[in-house]
Amino acid sequence: MSVLIFIDTTEGHVKKASLEALTYGATVAEQLGTSAEGVVLGAANDLASLGKYGVKKIHHVSAGSLNHLDAQVYANVIGQVAIASGAKVIIFSNNVDGKAIAPRLSARLKAGLVSGAVALPDTANGFTVKKNVFSGKAFANITVNTDIKIIALNPNAYKVIAGEGTAEVVAFNATVDAPKVKVTNVTKASGQVPLTEAEVVVSAGRGMKGPENWAIVEDLARVLHAATACSRPVADAHWRPHNEHVGQTGFAIAPNLYIAIGISGAIQHLAGVNRSKVIVVINKDPEAPFFKAADYGIVGDAFEVVPKFTEAIKKLKGVA
Amino acid sequence: MKILVCISKTPDTTAKIAFTGNNTKFDTAGVQWIINPYDEWYALVRAIELKEADPSTIIHLITVGAADADPIIRKALALGGDEAIRVNADSHDSFYIASQIAEVAKQGGYDLVFTGKETIDYNGSSVGGMVAELLDRPYVSLASKFELSGNKATITREIEGGEEICEVELPVVVSCQKGMAEQRIPNMKGIMGARTKPLKAAEPVAVDALTTVAGFELPPAKAGVKLVSPDNVEELVRLLHEEAKAI
Repeated sequence: MSVLIFIDTTEGHVKKASLEALTYGATVAEQLGTSAEGVVLGAANDLASLGKYGVKKIHHVSAGSLNHLDAQVYANVIGQVAIASGAKVIIFSNNVDGKAIAPRLSARLKAGLVSGAVALPDTANGFTVKKNVFSGKAFANITVNTDIKIIALNPNAYKVIAGEGTAEVVAFNATVDAPKVKVTNVTKASGQVPLTEAEVVVSAGRGMKGPENWAIVEDLARVLHAATACSRPVADAHWRPHNEHVGQTGFAIAPNLYIAIGISGAIQHLAGVNRSKVIVVINKDPEAPFFKAADYGIVGDAFEVVPKFTEAIKKLKGVA
Repeated sequence: MKILVCISKTPDTTAKIAFTGNNTKFDTAGVQWIINPYDEWYALVRAIELKEADPSTIIHLITVGAADADPIIRKALALGGDEAIRVNADSHDSFYIASQIAEVAKQGGYDLVFTGKETIDYNGSSVGGMVAELLDRPYVSLASKFELSGNKATITREIEGGEEICEVELPVVVSCQKGMAEQRIPNMKGIMGARTKPLKAAEPVAVDALTTVAGFELPPAKAGVKLVSPDNVEELVRLLHEEAKAI
């Protein structure tokens, strides 16, 4: 018996969301009195060092055809590792790849899945996991009734804890089917924090009046090492790219800090950001509904407030 | 070509979220129901566009729900689609729902199954992947573009911090999100036509749910916003640093 954690990589590097899944999985293993093991598919570097997140053993299936995601092939391989290692709980991050693979594995193993988990399982009486529902407006406690359980942990819902230790890395000899989904092109913004993984997000809306005014938003984001985001009208007007759009139809995010500048806070926008831990709203309209969902706010003109805010943060961080 | 579009009935985005029965049931009092936006705007509308490009295409809609889902599936038929199937079962377990859809999909011989990327109530993002597994077909999730050339689909899907383009032969299951298509509003002809389109009720196949909902919770109420003067931005920085420990 073990807890098996799927370790998601990009170009050989482990994603932050998977470090959260590792820390979470190691804690679940401790809770159940068993050991945490990881599984990595495709090329990956420096896996032994992941032991510091509490994982004892890592099964590595390094076939080159696994360097791109085909959920069908991935679910099959992870299923083989899960059965061979006697996994009773399988953990994914509920990120892009987790959303593709975990449901397939659930159907494959007939193992109940809780996707979007936000807390450790309650094992006092059965196996119940808390998850986000109603687009962040409520939680549901889901009881898993099957022998094998699968949890997909929401990104930014569990803090990464690094300790000491080295993991034993073993090559796992799996049957790897030829992928049917062939990736022909990958476009990725380099050097930027991916929006869904960012701990701080600076977001702006129509209050910015035009795309030419975004420099103050980007300056603020830079001093905070934040990702930039925008509201739907801004993306629809092509002021900013669609991959910055947060809200119900765009990305749903849960950073530690969300700073909304010139965004009124329509319910569709809130549905994408209401899981943020701290929300700051800067808006000149004191009646903007966003203030009701905010922790801190400034009623004022963004064009005056934001540059001052950036300067004050620089001072705090000791940056000239 | 035959396309199956999965439709879910969800509470309107602006619905008040409350629970009854000692927090075990969603309080439906006064709730407006809609077609799950991702199913409607992206999955269904893209299927309709494919039919417009190739009129020999057949679109079937499927929902798993009780009779009170009928008005929602009629509304979807008003947008487009040739007929609808409602599997007469009420469940919140993704695997149970996926099993019902997979059963219908097996019998119908569909080349394409479209779902929305998730429902706005349970936010599971699970049914598409499960259907694909049960049908032993490839699955492309979080698709923002879908082009068809003969039997080959070229699909753009989301990855962290970007997107990738992939190619796959039909049959395939695809979960759809923003970018696939633009929202449409049903016209009078569509609404009138939907009344006479077939809406078949099918009985569910016996499947055990893998999960059950033990209960719901509302998040703790926010303490209320702390307003800082625009002339004292340093105070906001202090609060974020010392009190919220967010920077």
